[in-house]
Amino acid sequence: MKKLLLLTLVMMFSHQAMADPFLSTFFRFKGVKPMDNDLYNESCGECHYAYQAGLLPKRSWEKMMLPEELEDHFGEVAELDEEDRVELLNLLVENAADTSFYKRSMKISRSIPEDATPLRITEVPYIKRKHKPMTDKYVKNNPKVKSLINCNACHREIDKGIFDDDTILIPNYGYWSEIKDD
Amino acid sequence: MKKAIILVATLFVTPMLAQANVIEERLDAYKAEGAGPFSAEAGKAMWTKEIPFEKKGEIIKGRSCATCHNADPTTPGKHAKTGKVIAPMTLGAVSINRKGEEEPRFSTVKKVEKWFKRNCKWTYGRECTPQEKGDFLMYFKSL
Repeated sequence: MKKLLLLTLVMMFSHQAMADPFLSTFFRFKGVKPMDNDLYNESCGECHYAYQAGLLPKRSWEKMMLPEELEDHFGEVAELDEEDRVELLNLLVENAADTSFYKRSMKISRSIPEDATPLRITEVPYIKRKHKPMTDKYVKNNPKVKSLINCNACHREIDKGIFDDDTILIPNYGYWSEIKDD
Repeated sequence: MKKAIILVATLFVTPMLAQANVIEERLDAYKAEGAGPFSAEAGKAMWTKEIPFEKKGEIIKGRSCATCHNADPTTPGKHAKTGKVIAPMTLGAVSINRKGEEEPRFSTVKKVEKWFKRNCKWTYGRECTPQEKGDFLMYFKSL
C-alpha cells in the first residue's frame, strides 16, 4: 500500500521533474516557483524586482491587479493595457502562494490570517518575521539596499526562487549566515 | 572589405532608424488626431513645468518631467521614489532591461504610449493631449 502511494506521488510530480535537470528538482520545491514569463518580467520588472507570484496569495493579486488599484500602485501609476493586465493577473493567480507546492510559498500562505489581504509583500507575517533582524544599518541606511522592496539586493539566488540563509549576501556587510551569530 | 564596412555601418544605424520610425509613426498618428504642427520649443517649456492637480481631495504639486528625468533630459534620470536609473531621453540612448540586455530607448509604439499615459497621469493627473505628446517627441528629437 505504502509503495503504491509513493508511486502515485512520484508520478504526480514526474512531469515537473522531466522538465528540468534531475538535481534541480529538489531545489524547485524548496523555495518559491521562479517566474520565467517574459511579459511578467518586462511589465513588472521594468520598475521594481519582478516578485514571484508565490510570495502572495491569490486574493492579494486579484486585488492588486484591479484597474483602479493599478492606477494608484503604492503611489505610482502602473496602468497596463487590458490585454496585458488580464494575462498577468491569470499568471499571478495560477502561481499564487495559497495553491503552490513550493515549501516557502506554503509557509507564506499559512502565516496570513484568512481575513487579511496583504498587498505589500513585506507585510506578510512570515516574511515580516524573517526580516526582523534586518535593522536600519543593513537596509534603510545601507546605500546599496535602501529598502526591503529590493529583495535582490541581498537574496542572490532569488531568480531561482531560493531564499536560504547561505544565499543572502548583504552589501557592505557580507553573508548573513556568517554575520548573524556575531 | 567594402561589404564588411557596409554591414557594420548598417548594424549601428539600424537601431536608430527603428527608433526614428517609432517616433515618426507616433507624430503621424497624433496629426491624424488633429494635432500639430509640433514644436520642440513647446516640448522643452513643458518639460520643467509644474501643474498642480487634485487627487482624492489632496493637492499634488511640485511634479514635472524633470522630477525623475532631470531638467537636462540628455542625462540619466532617477526615479523619485525607487531610485531606479532611467535612461536619457535622447534617440541614441539605450535602456538596460531586467536581464541586463541593452534596448533602444524608443523601441515600440506600445511602450511609448504606455509610459506617456503613466507618466502624464503621475505628473499632471491627466493623460497628455496628442499635441503635448508630439511636442515632447520633437523635443527629444532635437536633443
